[in-house]
Amino acid sequence: MLVHFRPALVLLLALSLLTGLAYPLAVTGVAGLIWPAQAAGSLVRQGDRIVGSALIAQGEDRPAYLHPRPSAVDWNASASGASNLGPTSRDLAGQVADRRAAYQAQNGVAAPGDAVTASGSGLDPDISLANALAQAPRIARARGIAPEKVRTLIMDRVHRPWLGLYGVPYVTVLTTNLALDEAFPAQPSGTR
Amino acid sequence: MSTLASLALFLGVLSLGGWALSGYMTRIYEGRRVWLSPVVAPLERALMRLAGPRASAPQGWRAYALSAVIFNAAGALLLFALLRLQGHLPFNPAGLPGLSAPLAFNTAISFVTNTNWQAYSGEAQLSLLSQMLGLTVQNFASAATGMAVGIAVIRGFAGTAGRTDLGNFWQDLLRGILYVLLPMSVVLALLLVAEGVPQVLAGAVHATTLSGADQWIARGPVASQVAIKQLGTNGGGFFGVNGAHPFENPTVASDMVQTLAILLIPVAFCFVFGRMAGDRRQGRAIFAAMGLLFVAGLAVILWAELQPNALIGAGAGLEGKEERFGPVLSALWAAATTAASNGSVNAMHDSFQPLSGLIMLINMQLGEVIFGGVGSGLYGMLLYVVLAVFLAGLMVGRTPEYLGRKIEGREVTLAMLAFLSMPLGILGGAALSVMVPQAAASAQATGPHGLSETLYAYSSAVANNGSAFGGWNAGTPWQETALGLLMLLGRYAILVPVLAIAGSLAAKPRAAVTAGSFPTHGPLFVVLLILTVLILGALTFFPVLALGPLAEQAALAAGQAY
Repeated sequence: MLVHFRPALVLLLALSLLTGLAYPLAVTGVAGLIWPAQAAGSLVRQGDRIVGSALIAQGEDRPAYLHPRPSAVDWNASASGASNLGPTSRDLAGQVADRRAAYQAQNGVAAPGDAVTASGSGLDPDISLANALAQAPRIARARGIAPEKVRTLIMDRVHRPWLGLYGVPYVTVLTTNLALDEAFPAQPSGTR
Repeated sequence: MSTLASLALFLGVLSLGGWALSGYMTRIYEGRRVWLSPVVAPLERALMRLAGPRASAPQGWRAYALSAVIFNAAGALLLFALLRLQGHLPFNPAGLPGLSAPLAFNTAISFVTNTNWQAYSGEAQLSLLSQMLGLTVQNFASAATGMAVGIAVIRGFAGTAGRTDLGNFWQDLLRGILYVLLPMSVVLALLLVAEGVPQVLAGAVHATTLSGADQWIARGPVASQVAIKQLGTNGGGFFGVNGAHPFENPTVASDMVQTLAILLIPVAFCFVFGRMAGDRRQGRAIFAAMGLLFVAGLAVILWAELQPNALIGAGAGLEGKEERFGPVLSALWAAATTAASNGSVNAMHDSFQPLSGLIMLINMQLGEVIFGGVGSGLYGMLLYVVLAVFLAGLMVGRTPEYLGRKIEGREVTLAMLAFLSMPLGILGGAALSVMVPQAAASAQATGPHGLSETLYAYSSAVANNGSAFGGWNAGTPWQETALGLLMLLGRYAILVPVLAIAGSLAAKPRAAVTAGSFPTHGPLFVVLLILTVLILGALTFFPVLALGPLAEQAALAAGQAY
């Protein structure tokens, strides 16, 4: 038995250095050289200010902007989480019914599924294309522009299925909101 | 229709990729030259020299098993110490304290046994050093341990006559890491960074959101850990929500590549078996049995996830799922991760339909043999092969043989012993958990779904899967301790007996295959093997499954909420 101790300890230490330090550090170095923006977390800046990450949802409920999917953790980007409510949960049925009513009141149309369900991460940065288009008239009204302009901007930014095969069309909320602000600056007088 | 075509394409790529990888892996474990040899071989030799002159001797099954267990024990101790002491160690930008003793115990066992059950939440509780030097190391080490044992078992079952040793654990361990896991992880990690997975040695970054709120965005060396967690069927994520987190899995492309990575090495192992046995048909038969079981499970999950939920209303299927993956890619991942003993998730299994939960539970309770963990999936399936061959022998009244070696009382006894650890651990552990008040409080849901949550936790731990019905509270001393102990049972109460079987078979003469031998490569054997898996595995758990997911499905159909 003792004969196995030396290889166990020596290889554990050697492999710890190799896979626990050399490997992540090497990947960090190479990634930082080739894809520095992605490696740092796809941060989005406005001037000097970091407004978030293109990959991480943030809370937004003003009428002039696209709204993200519901979050079980209030879009807390340092504590991801989901509701984990099951398919026969009375709580879930109640939450979904409330969200459906709120969405109908805000947008005047029935809510798509992604707008009434909390995402897996609580930080889902995307919404379905149907959800985005349903919010377009409200956004257009708040900005005092034609709904068609908002729809066109959304359609220009839609993510298509990968290889034309995998996934469904979706829209990233934060980057689309930034594009909205750039294309149609909100009126200075109380559109919010 | 295009959904089915896209999934068929995925399975085709997976099969071809696994087949191609199997040739490379066979060469490596047989000690032959590969294209990486000029770079890696000197490192391998240097490490073996450091390990000592007696470390490279051929080992029988006892020495092989002892080496693996001692190596894992040392790894568990080191990881436990790191997690307890992380507050005093560097690379801790958030200044996080050490974990409690039960949680550190649970996490150390979880990573050493290739389970990667997350009783902790990564971004909130672990320092960057713990993630790298702790978890990432064991992601490699536990995976390479499983692969080494898988290879040793193949040598015992299929090796040439007259060779009674099973190889050398240290050599196999090193080869698995240096030639397979590490190079593949580097490539995968860089691909993931290109898709948007962060890889920085910095902690959370502060943002002022568009609406003016404060947001702290957790980051870290994510890509390097995600790559090995998928390739090594580990599954322990950098973040609490694992592969649902946009930083672990930002795009459809990253999702598909990771789903492929989950299954790739386990698929390759089927073909490695055929190649090392000198009869590729044997590997293809095992691949066919696993593949059919996988596709059947996937079909049910896919179907269930596309059904409307009458209780909650249209669109409710997206609860716990990410928009970019939707029901289809979430179903594919759920089937893959529970079949392959990976345990990472890209959607919250707790919120899946009852029949999806049923399949996920069955995938785990069968013992993770539908592709299963790297190495461990194949050796788990070989236990069922022993039993299937034994059953076939009983039916035709002849001494059962597999690959020319007689399957006798000792092998069947050991196989049954190993098999029994599943019902003992899952049913025993879950029964205690629902009866002891302090443990029963862990279930979040009431009604049948609450039982499913508990059953899922114990199935996941004993089968070394690591996924969870996340509403279930794993963070109590009772559950941390009980699940930690059961993860040990699920790993070593199978690993040791299966090595013993391999050792026993290796010592037997190899008879020539004659017209009287029962062929173990044709469709008849594939069907027999599948039936053995289903009858032994699934029927053991049918009563409790009826009380959990099946009762919940009935409640759903009847419009009963809880």
